[in-house]
Amino acid sequence: MSLGDSATPLGRVRGLGSAREGGEHWLTERVTSVALLLLGTWLIASLLFLPDLGRQTMIEWLRAPSGAVPMALLIIVGFRHALDGMKVVVDDYVHEEGSRFAVNTLLLFLAVGGGALALYALAQIAFGAVA
Amino acid sequence: MAATNSRPLSPHLTIWRWGPHMVVSILHRASGVALSIAGLAILAWWLLALAQGAEAYTRFAEVGMSPIGLFVLIGLTWAFFQHLLSGIRHLVMDTGAAFELDTNKRFAILTIVGSLVLTAALWVYILGGRA
Repeated sequence: MSLGDSATPLGRVRGLGSAREGGEHWLTERVTSVALLLLGTWLIASLLFLPDLGRQTMIEWLRAPSGAVPMALLIIVGFRHALDGMKVVVDDYVHEEGSRFAVNTLLLFLAVGGGALALYALAQIAFGAVA
Repeated sequence: MAATNSRPLSPHLTIWRWGPHMVVSILHRASGVALSIAGLAILAWWLLALAQGAEAYTRFAEVGMSPIGLFVLIGLTWAFFQHLLSGIRHLVMDTGAAFELDTNKRFAILTIVGSLVLTAALWVYILGGRA
């Protein structure tokens, strides 16, 4: 069977088996979503139960382990889940391979950079570097 | 790729009669993108403002409570609840359940009603006695 230019995309890959990757991405998206179900609910509930939304109250809240640790997890898991989800959107709509690689790489940098920035700010608060 | 251009694509948005399941599917994607970009940017900005000092935090709070700020924050709250509820729907469907037309439709409508009710309840609580 010749598979030249006339073959459809489906025809070209039929019989080759699975891509042998992608399953981990799919599963990670689900596992992080369950974690965010808990962490997101925690964030909303915490903000509701704080006596006020002033800066000193917030800092005290994030200085305690019960605030700082879930917030760190929320940042890490949130940026990871966002990156995994945005990749699905990009893979769906950006068809040209070079552009797709470029956009996905840009998103990776933004997610890691943004997450690092948020963690740095949280560390400053949690470890008492701000008054 | 020459062969692909002239071949028919599978029917897309423009051809199907709209139903709750389609609305929820697109809302899930749109809310995910909104949370990934605006939601995480605001999370990082909020933590940075907290860490930076009283002035930076006052500025953050002022922008947040301005009409545009409130519009964005309420919109993101709605995106969060919609994404959370339709995310739960996706997890249920990942197990192979809730594909029956009636169940599927009811579940889809429930996520829309639920996200609107939760968003309204949260902001009535915030704007009515607490802020």
